[in-house]
Amino acid sequence: MKTDVHDCALAAAERSVRELIEAGASNRILRKEYLCDTVVLFELDNPLVARSARAGEFVVVRPALQGERIPLTISDADPKRGTITIIFQIVGRTTMELARLEQGECVPDVCGPLGKPTEIENFGTALCVGGGVGIAFLRPITKALKLAGNDVLTILGARERKLLILENEMRAISDELFLTTDDGSYARKGLVTDVVKELLESDTKIDIVFAIGPMPMMKAVADVTRPFGIKTMVSLDPIMIDGTGMCGGCRVTVGGKTQFTCVDGPDFDAHEVDWGEIKSRKSYYLEEERVAKEMLAKEANR
Amino acid sequence: MSRVKPREPMPQQPPAERIKNFYEVALGYTEEQAVSEAKRCLACKKKPCISGCPVMIEIPEFLALTAEGKFLEAAASLKRNNSLPAICGRVCPQEEQCEVVCVLEKTGQPVAIGRIERFVADYEAAHSNGSIVPYDGPNDPTLAQYHVAIVGSGPAGLTVAGDLAKMGYSVSIFEALHNTGGVLRYGIPEFRLPRDILDREVDYVRSLGVKIFTNVVIGKTVTIEEMLCGGYEAVFVGTGAGAPQMMRIPGENLNGVLSGNEWLTRINLMRANRFPDYHTPLKSPTKVAVIGAGNTAMDCTRTALRVGAEEVTIVYRRSRTEMPARAEEIENAEHEGVKFKLLTNPVRFIGDENGWLVGMECIKMELGEPDDSGRRRPVPIPGSEFIIDVDTAIIAIGQTPNPLIRSTTSGLETTRWGGIVIDEKTGMTSIPGLFAGGDAVTGAATVITAMGAGRIAAQGIDRYIREKHGLPLPEPEETLDG
Repeated sequence: MKTDVHDCALAAAERSVRELIEAGASNRILRKEYLCDTVVLFELDNPLVARSARAGEFVVVRPALQGERIPLTISDADPKRGTITIIFQIVGRTTMELARLEQGECVPDVCGPLGKPTEIENFGTALCVGGGVGIAFLRPITKALKLAGNDVLTILGARERKLLILENEMRAISDELFLTTDDGSYARKGLVTDVVKELLESDTKIDIVFAIGPMPMMKAVADVTRPFGIKTMVSLDPIMIDGTGMCGGCRVTVGGKTQFTCVDGPDFDAHEVDWGEIKSRKSYYLEEERVAKEMLAKEANR
Repeated sequence: MSRVKPREPMPQQPPAERIKNFYEVALGYTEEQAVSEAKRCLACKKKPCISGCPVMIEIPEFLALTAEGKFLEAAASLKRNNSLPAICGRVCPQEEQCEVVCVLEKTGQPVAIGRIERFVADYEAAHSNGSIVPYDGPNDPTLAQYHVAIVGSGPAGLTVAGDLAKMGYSVSIFEALHNTGGVLRYGIPEFRLPRDILDREVDYVRSLGVKIFTNVVIGKTVTIEEMLCGGYEAVFVGTGAGAPQMMRIPGENLNGVLSGNEWLTRINLMRANRFPDYHTPLKSPTKVAVIGAGNTAMDCTRTALRVGAEEVTIVYRRSRTEMPARAEEIENAEHEGVKFKLLTNPVRFIGDENGWLVGMECIKMELGEPDDSGRRRPVPIPGSEFIIDVDTAIIAIGQTPNPLIRSTTSGLETTRWGGIVIDEKTGMTSIPGLFAGGDAVTGAATVITAMGAGRIAAQGIDRYIREKHGLPLPEPEETLDG
């Protein structure tokens, strides 16, 4: 005999891709949390992205109707709840605008998942290195590495104690966790690269390194691992518009070849990346960014 | 034989004025001009213009209605075969299609079909109190149980969607960007195609019952395979040719070197010309080189002038006769003050110590033997290198189909350069139920060829669904002559 519950389950199971996709996504903010003063977490209602998102992929977000499109890594996805988690640092006008949205409101545009998923396999021992808000992007990769059977060693760093995010979440998916702060306000004083170096110089066998954080940190990790010949992957975040391979604004040079971060990445071999070029390209609109921030500040004071 | 009355000229904004704004350059006919021009149609028996039109508009019919001043009826006639007449009247290369085969073309003065089409579409928009005149042609409501998905809301997708919705199917369009129109929005500048016109034509397609979902990347959000097994009878891929070709020369990634797509997307889609009111930034250019000489290149040059560039130069490796852009667009660019450095090819971009573009080294070319395209191959002249000062270089040398669908759809046959292979009679790909058309198949072409391909695919999809469900097939003649 059929029960209501049974009917419900049946209906859910029979909900076709067509019904799912045409129901769309509200992108309602179900949970908003400040991980620290400048880092915000949104859990968004988006069953479509939630069901297909894989570690390393990102979404393009536009916070306002006159807004800019920016890429944000999918920090977590829950297909059952139909939600995705994005975490961002407030750095400029667009992230300020995004942070103004409150729980219950909807993000106007969220498009994804985009990019190539991180290539995950059982490498043996994986070293995951995260700095600042990059820890949020490192989390899904760390989780996937753990699920694939790797021994996971994790190093997290922040400028100071209050900027260190997701410590407990990362501890839960790591076999060993090392923490650093630049100013020594928490755990070990120093940089993540100090720990990377020590581990590589010790007997610890490390098969692959994933480093995500500010660009100078990723470059520094690459410089430390290079002499040891250990494959090191980074996730790049250049200026991007469409995120689907259309504009080429996110061009980077990797291994002497031009790549589009949005469709060829965002993960690249850190030892092959032209870091100088990325630094320069990221500076192209700094003046406009300053103008935009001033304007936003003026609006806030009015 | 009496002397042929010349074409009504198209009123335009004067060049000195228009380069300071983004308003439309061509101003459109008045009622009197439209009637007078429509009366020039000889109503010849053969109607060569219809076969010259990729979507087979009943041209003599709408011209006759226009000549009688029955503008709304003319609009209804147009819309039976073309869901986007205000767009086509503006951006179609009529000189290569309906107008080139016009009997009057021999006199050098074919009927200005495109200009009248534009007038009629705009007239309807202006005289329907802001509402959309509903479609009242044939429609079979029993087809509504069959769902068709369209990937991409550009000219091909909108056409397929419009045609199938008119027949009676349930149609949904999925668009990857946050706004509709594809290349009509991110590619074509508003001084050629005003945004309210584009919005209105998209709204017309919506009024036919078509649902449009933005921010959905087919191939990533949902795969083609999932759609075909998950409730859609057929899927049409009209994803265009959005991947920019780069030059692969040194310095290409310097700050100040952009693809034509990035330049146009920033301005047309993101409205960076209105920064900081709109939030996407634009670096104001001073000296701009646009590499290439197609319609995209012309759009880049003219947009650069409008955002305040002092000097804008087309750099093209072949000569004037090989330039692929429409003659009208080249002329417009010239009148607006764009310079042309022909038989010239960049060999490297030169940057300062911070990685910002300051110059471009070029080499002079001469034309040699014809190449694969039938055009004479440009050959560099040794030792002719020279440097031009530029702070912005825009590369507009062509686009290829976006690889997303082909890389995520197994069993989909594509060409060496990434175009989707189809049966040209039906638009069907190597996967049953999956259809394609437009630039995704042909590589970068025109709006109207994409629309023509869309019409064929709509008929192919109709036939495919009817065969699959044992429904009566449409008469073959009907599909050709409307």
